[in-house]
Amino acid sequence: MVTEMMFYFLSFVAILSAIMMISTKNPVHSILYLIVTFFAIAGHYFLLNAQFLGMVHIIVYAGAIMVLFLYVIMMLNLNEDAEPVKSKYQKISATVSGGIFMLVLVASLRSAEVSLEKTRNTDIGLVNQLGKVLFNDYLLPFELSSILLLSAMIGAVFLSKK
Amino acid sequence: MQEITQALHLFQKNKSNMVTYILIKFILVLFVFLLALTVAAYSTYGERKVSALMQDRIGPDRAGPYGLLQPLADGIKMFTKEELIPTNSSKYLFVLGPSIAMLTALMAGVVIPWAGPIEAFGQQLTFQVSDINIGILYIFSVVSIGVYGIMIGGWASNNKYSLLGALRASSQMISYEIAMGLAIVALVMKSGTLSLGEIVTQQQGDWINVVYQPLGFLIFLICAFAETNRAPFDLPECETELIGGYHTEYSSMKLGLFLFAEYINMFVSSAVISALYFGGYNLPFQAALGLEGPWLAVLQFGFFFLKIVFFIFLFMWVRWTIPRFRYDQLLHLGWKILLPLAILNIIITGLVMWANGSLA
Repeated sequence: MVTEMMFYFLSFVAILSAIMMISTKNPVHSILYLIVTFFAIAGHYFLLNAQFLGMVHIIVYAGAIMVLFLYVIMMLNLNEDAEPVKSKYQKISATVSGGIFMLVLVASLRSAEVSLEKTRNTDIGLVNQLGKVLFNDYLLPFELSSILLLSAMIGAVFLSKK
Repeated sequence: MQEITQALHLFQKNKSNMVTYILIKFILVLFVFLLALTVAAYSTYGERKVSALMQDRIGPDRAGPYGLLQPLADGIKMFTKEELIPTNSSKYLFVLGPSIAMLTALMAGVVIPWAGPIEAFGQQLTFQVSDINIGILYIFSVVSIGVYGIMIGGWASNNKYSLLGALRASSQMISYEIAMGLAIVALVMKSGTLSLGEIVTQQQGDWINVVYQPLGFLIFLICAFAETNRAPFDLPECETELIGGYHTEYSSMKLGLFLFAEYINMFVSSAVISALYFGGYNLPFQAALGLEGPWLAVLQFGFFFLKIVFFIFLFMWVRWTIPRFRYDQLLHLGWKILLPLAILNIIITGLVMWANGSLA
């Protein structure tokens, strides 16, 4: 009952702020709405008992990536008048391709099985369960992706030394 | 979430149990809130007294005995000052900035264990608002979103100095967050848990974590200085270059909230440092004292509080001793010194654990 109400509330916030993010003219406002969307999605993770995923989602997306986005937009000082003027053909083609993408999404989600009830009460999202799965069943992909991230970080430090 | 489920679970068993549960949690939240505000208020007084001590002055001594009513006088002054909102600012974001700064500063206190659990009212009382199993990650996420208050406030002011302050704050936060996270990783490897309550319990009757993680502690401490925007890392508000940095355009209590949030952050990070590395509420020779029940809890809280006060003093001590870094020095320290050191710390911790055979 409580979880259901929270689910609808979070979904409402997520969808509303996502729409606001696209429709608002000011880039900084756009970013702020996107941050709200990320928080709502993190709330969904908490509802599914995936606390680790939810927290990491907030730390990585809302706390790091969006701060960088905001940093770049503030540094370039983008404002409403800085928005590039797009031609009519670009707008029409963007609308059509967006509509086709939406069609694909709706079609694939219609046939998808709603398994919210099944996943709600598992402990798979808790950090020790997740660690066991990552380090036993998916060790190689996990290590490979971490090496990828580490090399990117070392590369950035190395580039700054030049 | 956990607390709601727990409350509902109690509700099914016994109605009055749930009421006491919620009431206790509510009182605890209120207590933490008031404690944070009081400590922050007296930190402003403490800061002025400490700086006076360092510079051989007397410091505030007019309001009340030894100037002890100074925070109250400052608060009244802040509230009664004229409130200005710049014409060309974005009004909502201008108000939102200090609110977020204050909110995130207060949020982190939730997972800190203030004293050991005691038995009362027919249930176990824990002096921790919520012992979520990912407590450290929670603190980390609150810290990482704390920068939005400064960024939004600085941008909404529509002033180039504020904007520069906001930019500095964001790049500084991101740089030091990584070293901080890696310093905690080594501690988590050693403890094997992300729950703050469990990390503190583990240090009971054992060496405190700083003995095992001296380098990790040092990195964490330096990063805590940077994350709270305290000198020598106070570049976002650097008054010699940027007037007041991100809060140049702020006046009245909105400025007060920004300044207050900094002191609350200081209080919370002192509490986190004491809990993670200095044994939290654990007393030395606790078993030998032979105390139990509420008196032990009171004593534990007192000892924890002493540690917190010491770290707050350390924050001030450093501020009035070490001059501010230049901006490139700050990023140099973060990326090229602290980050490799933190990775080295993880490797050393792993090697020691491997040699000990504590890796299963």
